[in-house]
Amino acid sequence: MTRVVGRPTPHESARLHVTGQARYTDDLPLPPGALHGWPVTSPHAHARVVAIAVSEATTIPGVVTILTREDVPGENNSGPLRHDEPLFLGAGDVATYHGQAIAWVLGTSVEAARQGAGRVVVTYEKLDAILDPADAIRLGSVHTDPQWIRRGDVDVELVGAGEAGHAIVSGEFRMGAQDHFPLETHVSVALADEDGRMMVHSSTQHPSETQAIVAHALGLSLNDVVVQCVRMGGGFGGKETQANAWAAVAAIGAWKTGRAVKVRLDRDRHMILTGKRHPFLARYRVVVSRSGDLCGLDLELYADGGWSLDLSDAVLGRAMFHADNGYFFPVMRVRGQVLKTHKTSQTAFRGFGGPQGVAVAEEIIDCAARAIGMDPHDVRTRNLYRGSGETNTTHYGQEIGDNRLAIIWEGVQDSGEFVSRREAIRAANDLGGGMRRGIAVTPVKFGISFTTTFLNQAGALVLIYSDGSVQVNHGGTEMGQGLQVKMAQVAAEVLGVPLASIRMMPTRTDKVPNTSATAASSGSDLNGGAVRDACLTLRGRLAPVAAQLLTAHGAPAVHADDVDFGDGQVSVRSRPDQRVAFASVVRAAYLARVGLSSTGYYRTPGIWFDKASGRGKPFHYYACGAAIAEVEVDGFTGQMRVLRVDILHDVGSSLNPLVDTGQVEGGFIQGMGWVTMEEVVWGIDGRLLTHAPSTYKIPASTDVPGDWRVTLLPRAAQPGVIYGSKAVGEPPLMLGLCVREAIRDAVASFAPRGSHPERVGLALPATGEAILDAIDAVRG
Amino acid sequence: MAKMIINVEVNGERQELLTEPHRTLLDLLRDNLSLTGTKEGCGTGDCGACTVLIDGRPVNSCLVLAPEAEGRRVTTVEGLAEDNKLHPVQTAFIEEGGLQCGICTPGMLISAVALLRSNTEPSEQSIRYAISGNLCRCTGYDKIVRAIEVASKRMKANAAIASH
Ligand code: FES
Ligand code: FES
Repeated sequence: MTRVVGRPTPHESARLHVTGQARYTDDLPLPPGALHGWPVTSPHAHARVVAIAVSEATTIPGVVTILTREDVPGENNSGPLRHDEPLFLGAGDVATYHGQAIAWVLGTSVEAARQGAGRVVVTYEKLDAILDPADAIRLGSVHTDPQWIRRGDVDVELVGAGEAGHAIVSGEFRMGAQDHFPLETHVSVALADEDGRMMVHSSTQHPSETQAIVAHALGLSLNDVVVQCVRMGGGFGGKETQANAWAAVAAIGAWKTGRAVKVRLDRDRHMILTGKRHPFLARYRVVVSRSGDLCGLDLELYADGGWSLDLSDAVLGRAMFHADNGYFFPVMRVRGQVLKTHKTSQTAFRGFGGPQGVAVAEEIIDCAARAIGMDPHDVRTRNLYRGSGETNTTHYGQEIGDNRLAIIWEGVQDSGEFVSRREAIRAANDLGGGMRRGIAVTPVKFGISFTTTFLNQAGALVLIYSDGSVQVNHGGTEMGQGLQVKMAQVAAEVLGVPLASIRMMPTRTDKVPNTSATAASSGSDLNGGAVRDACLTLRGRLAPVAAQLLTAHGAPAVHADDVDFGDGQVSVRSRPDQRVAFASVVRAAYLARVGLSSTGYYRTPGIWFDKASGRGKPFHYYACGAAIAEVEVDGFTGQMRVLRVDILHDVGSSLNPLVDTGQVEGGFIQGMGWVTMEEVVWGIDGRLLTHAPSTYKIPASTDVPGDWRVTLLPRAAQPGVIYGSKAVGEPPLMLGLCVREAIRDAVASFAPRGSHPERVGLALPATGEAILDAIDAVRG
Repeated sequence: MAKMIINVEVNGERQELLTEPHRTLLDLLRDNLSLTGTKEGCGTGDCGACTVLIDGRPVNSCLVLAPEAEGRRVTTVEGLAEDNKLHPVQTAFIEEGGLQCGICTPGMLISAVALLRSNTEPSEQSIRYAISGNLCRCTGYDKIVRAIEVASKRMKANAAIASH
């Protein structure tokens, strides 16, 4: 029987994409009379609204109405957890970031609304803004109480370090923000239904939450609101919570006017109004033995959350879980806190704090190694999680289990000829000159599951029609990651029908309720479990019907347990050529009054975490990988080129290698972008200076490595996950961090001949300017 | 604002379009002709999502004012397939996984087609340059470059067969 899972199968909408037929929310035809929204935004990072005058705006032709705080029928808030995100501000309210929406103008065209917004006069009383995380720490400007994770007593370790002959290395390290930059900006269309109920089309990773925010804003029940997301033109976490506000504004507009309302942020508004990857500030003291063993780590992590809480506490938590990356710290204390600053509200971004944790770990390793005069690579190798028991258990007490890190670590170095290339690079660099090369390998160990345990559940609804064709609904959303094709493969595999018989339906809240966001890399694990469950139920109902049909064909009585579903047929297991078409079985089942639709449900077993004690098993399993980067750095200009990258990554038994290698490659480049070229800059007045591709540079086709070798770990089936596969969305992003370490290796070579710099400070992102600064510092 | 009529050929069909002069070719395509395959990623000429061919040359349609399109031949992604038969570049993008979210794909395909018209055997380097104005946030570009290579080889093979 041909397997459907495991085959490299193109994206479910690929044909629609290449012909331009694939419809995104921005492409939906609007009904006549539809209106467009444009925001009136705060020109200050922190200011009290004194008064709003709208009369002049209403004189602009095409302006229909201006939405203000007074127009909100329900709750004027879109905060997903804490209700700290007012949708509209009125007199007396306080604007808390530059670009915050105060009011929205609705017009018959985007231009009319935009012109109208320019004529709304808002007066402000300016207040002091906090922009720098260090200022926020000093002033106690925080969103949350600290979180802690502790293993052993790090104070004892620090006090005893001198006597034991260990070194204590300390430092402060900052990581920059990153804009998601999906090519599709935020967009929602709201249509008032009969009875004042609401239909919302939204580019959202979390339709159920968008539904809830819209309902609360309108003062309706959840069942009054339907949210649909056909597909997104990229999400990356940026549409996990931050699509909600625009959907709510559109819905409030549709509620007020009775007309369809579209709110689409143009590129600049998208970047100015919405949150990014959290900038972090880390302070650390690490105890390291003279032979390079990590003995203890005392770490403070501060996530710069921006103006509202959003998901920052969970992002910080994941950073704390990943501050070990792949290394065993026998004693460790991590304190984390979310800072409040007058900037965009930073949010989920592929990796969700994990990348910041991993970057801190790599920073600490590098600084510790150089301080004791060792090669950072040797310190990495020496301290990888290994063996079993304590040395293979994380600082929060979860045993890593089948630790594949060591195999991957060796494997990528073998296939990537790491040792010989490193020797060649050292020899070449020793000759001096302005162009230097660097090489580094870094590991990734990423925990899979939402760390908020209850989110690890999913539902599905599968419908079989009387001709044998199938519709599949589930709670996950498609943002390019290939979830729909994977779910189609799962359904086709269980029902034993060709992929062409399966139609994946747009994600809608009236098909599957109470869904979790498509996030945390868990889309196919969770929804795959639910789709499989629904299909198994249906197969269980069809099997007796098939057995009867197969018996009726003149054979000895066939039992329902003895039939196989595959290739669009149902056959007798012991006599595969005795078979009947799946469609005939379905038809017979329909006539025999057998139900042909079913829901399915899945929840991840065995995970828990106790926040108070900082211990538990928050992850179902770990996804691991390692990557080598070789770079060339120009000592005169700071320019950097990535020459070669080797990746070995564990996706378990891949459901779809075409999709999975695509995820690995795309994730890697996004991670590389974060640590090398993507620089988010806020001005001293809190204005975002990098709000378009002209000033914010993401990797282009000419920035990616010329020589790029991506391998999926073979024979890697993961027990207890759908068809032995593993989550793949986020982990590869952190592979990109090897590029920064390779740059650091190249920078170190600029030190005076024969000397080894005790520290190679390199900013994140390591832009050309930052590289020049780093070279200057090591040149002395 | 006073409206004007623009005569333009789009995907082989003559069109007479009523529009305001400050609108862009991208607006004409999306709003007047419902050809929504061409996307707006930035509106400022920096992302390539709106790339179309004007008289055979790739252009960012968000930077072309409607009056500038007067009398031109415009090809959009919807015009690449002939009689429902996909262009080899389209097929290769599907098979090689040259797309994920798909929103950069129309502009990417147009740039690729423009390249292959002027250079039937492009090197990897020239492919990378040809699409360097088309941003993709999903793929990391490698599979896109492969897809264009595969397409160029197939087109060459097809041409060889046809000439025999
Ligand atoms: S939309 Fe035209 S270049 Fe970005
Ligand atoms: S496939 Fe998503 S931007 Fe290229």
